[in-house]
Amino acid sequence: MVRENLAAVDALDLARWQFAATTLYHFLFVPITIGLAWFLVGMQTAWYRSGEERWLRATRFFGKLFLINFALGVVTGIVQEFQFGMNWSDYSRYVGDVFGAPLAIEGLAAFFVESTFLGLWIFGWNHLRPKVHLAMVWLVAIGSTASAYFILAANSWMQHPVGYKLNPVTHRAEMTSIAKVMTNPTLVRAFGHTIAAAALTGSMLVLGVAAWHLRRRTDVRLFAPVARVSLWVTLAAAVATILLGHAQAQLMTKQQPMKMAAAEALYTTQKGAPFSLFALGPWQKYPNHNVASIAIPHGLSLLADNSWNGTVLGVNDIQRSEEQKYGPGNYRPIIGVTYWTFRIMAGLGFVAALVALVGLWLARVPGRLERSGRFHSVALWAIAIPLVANLAGWIFTEMGRQPWVVYGLLLTRRAVSPTVSAWWVGITLLGFTLLYGVLAAVEVKLMIGAVQTGPDPVGTYEPETKAIPALSY
Amino acid sequence: MLLAASTHGYWNLQTLWFFLIVVLWTGYFVLEGFDFGVGMLTPAIGRTTAERGVLLRTIAPVWDGNEVWLLVAGGATFAAFPGWYASLFSGFYLALFIVLVGLIVRGVAIEYRNKREDDQWRRRWDYVHAGASAVPALLWGVALADVVHGVPTDAHGQVTADLLDLLGPYALFGGLTSLALFAFHGSIFLTLRTTGELEQRARRLSLRLAMPASALVLGFLVWTYVNAASAHNKGIVPGVIPIAAICAPFAAGALQRAGRTGLAFTATAVAIALTTLTLFLNLYPRVIVSSTNNAYSPTIWTTSSSHYTLTVMSVIALLFTPIVLLYQTWSYWVFRARVTGTDAPTPAQALAASPLGKSS
Repeated sequence: MVRENLAAVDALDLARWQFAATTLYHFLFVPITIGLAWFLVGMQTAWYRSGEERWLRATRFFGKLFLINFALGVVTGIVQEFQFGMNWSDYSRYVGDVFGAPLAIEGLAAFFVESTFLGLWIFGWNHLRPKVHLAMVWLVAIGSTASAYFILAANSWMQHPVGYKLNPVTHRAEMTSIAKVMTNPTLVRAFGHTIAAAALTGSMLVLGVAAWHLRRRTDVRLFAPVARVSLWVTLAAAVATILLGHAQAQLMTKQQPMKMAAAEALYTTQKGAPFSLFALGPWQKYPNHNVASIAIPHGLSLLADNSWNGTVLGVNDIQRSEEQKYGPGNYRPIIGVTYWTFRIMAGLGFVAALVALVGLWLARVPGRLERSGRFHSVALWAIAIPLVANLAGWIFTEMGRQPWVVYGLLLTRRAVSPTVSAWWVGITLLGFTLLYGVLAAVEVKLMIGAVQTGPDPVGTYEPETKAIPALSY
Repeated sequence: MLLAASTHGYWNLQTLWFFLIVVLWTGYFVLEGFDFGVGMLTPAIGRTTAERGVLLRTIAPVWDGNEVWLLVAGGATFAAFPGWYASLFSGFYLALFIVLVGLIVRGVAIEYRNKREDDQWRRRWDYVHAGASAVPALLWGVALADVVHGVPTDAHGQVTADLLDLLGPYALFGGLTSLALFAFHGSIFLTLRTTGELEQRARRLSLRLAMPASALVLGFLVWTYVNAASAHNKGIVPGVIPIAAICAPFAAGALQRAGRTGLAFTATAVAIALTTLTLFLNLYPRVIVSSTNNAYSPTIWTTSSSHYTLTVMSVIALLFTPIVLLYQTWSYWVFRARVTGTDAPTPAQALAASPLGKSS
């Protein structure tokens, strides 16, 4: 009996690791895909309207980078569609009535659009009229953005379940309103925040690649305007990500007070709560006080409640009230993880904005942005900023919701597949990790190769009577 | 399970969704079936890297759209029959993992093969593509045969099978059948989509595959029929569908021999569709057959979503499916021309070779 229990715990932990590993890995590629897709839309539209060859060359150059990423986004997405059933079968049974719908709609309304029109875009250069071909890249961008909406609808329901009732006969959650699920206030904010972050991810990749080429003085006529545009997009996207993230956090304070209290390491409920800049607690998963703390007075009340002396609930008090509500148990997430991932995410958002501001400052003087080798290095390494921030954001929001898998409704430990042994989960976790590791190495190698090769030479597509080959076979 | 009482009132919606999911799986097998076939046969038909590049181009624009049929089948099962989704994918855990690895590797092989102009790089990916196409082509047949033939379950319909339980003789026979049928389907597809020497080789190979594939379909469906008939409760399918499914591959072989490639391709598509339909008809209204006790078999009643969810999903499916079919058909129409020429060229090579207009 004891051994069985131990095995169950192991399978749960391993299943959580597997979900984290496969989903975070998948989410490296998703925001790049969405962000770059809109850059391709902009570049190809610019070519279509101006007829300038450099925009065609830019479209095809960044198109290659887009496709290298897209491939891994697609293949790792297959796992996402099936692993709820594989590792989380009790979850699937309990919430499938609500949660399955947005997933199915995503496939039907977004995946088909994305993949069919991407094929037409890649191979249709000589088969479609330029206007129709341009429409293909628009549809790819719209499809990938729409797919984010449906997936976030599913995730937002886990954060803040709406539009359902508990059926006492079937012992599961059943949908009562698809409209509520699809207009969940949590979803609306999460979507804005995520798409802004995707735009940031795409634009910092474009910026970094453009800076790399500016440094080598290859194709300045192409990469200088690309760098300028991406600087403005980076700034706008960083500001939007921060503001929308703030709106999301205010809502989260009301909907999941524990997550936000843990994000701030605020243990006791306070009026005029301070915003923590740096806190250290005792080295344990669930501490109940800080050892050291640097904080801005009244900062958190202002952020969370827009008021100087607003009350913000603390971890210890929320723990007490949740025990009264849901019965005895631990309702705290791992405070250290929540606190630091939140700070990494938010902090990197500001760093991204700062990079853009510095670049735009340099760009005031003609030719300076093109010559600043130091900024070029910064911009190249800054490609990693949004990627790390994206991962930190997901770790924060998913770990911060623990012990719940659906907040207030279903505990994570009740969601795991009862028939799947720890061995099996361990084997597949190892398998996915090895496979994904190899693929990451291949991907990075190809990306670097494609960046170094650079765009097709000037004049490749002129005069316009020549055929444009498919982008990749 | 407890669901039965509360759900019998709207059996029409559950039956509708069962068959919608059958349509999704059928669409997936028919479309990705030739993708798998092309992948597996590429090393046999294409002798040089350049030739194999041409073969890959026959599926490159459409393979991803074809695979979405699988994702939608998975998503629709989750939405309409959460209990089925949960039992099926947790029960076939390791088998599904192997399928997923195959699909991942195959997708990467297709997409990354031409990302470098390096003969060795491309040759390696071609062989990886072939191997990774064979894995799901085999295992989908194994899994579907298992679902119909029965796997060990507990009283709640949760599958308790080990990997070895899934590899019985009938299931392995099912796997060989799908492997051969997809290869045959793919060889005819290649005959239809290439020219010259490649077309001739694809035709010759398809004629060699015709007999084994037809014989396997015949044997598998007869075995299925005998199983169904011997277990009284296991449902007997309408005779005309399996008989047509058995005839279709033979017809495909004859049509291919007569040079009617388009009709031959239609015939293998029909063979795949009707074989799939036969198996699901055999299954209905169960969703997985329990070999432990037929009464434990989860059914469409015990695993379905609520009436509201099924209604919502029906409206959405009704709205989107025709649009999807329309634009996916259009994409096949755009790329209808046979693939000719050589391997993926560089832009410069392509330009030197083609003084054509930009738009067609």
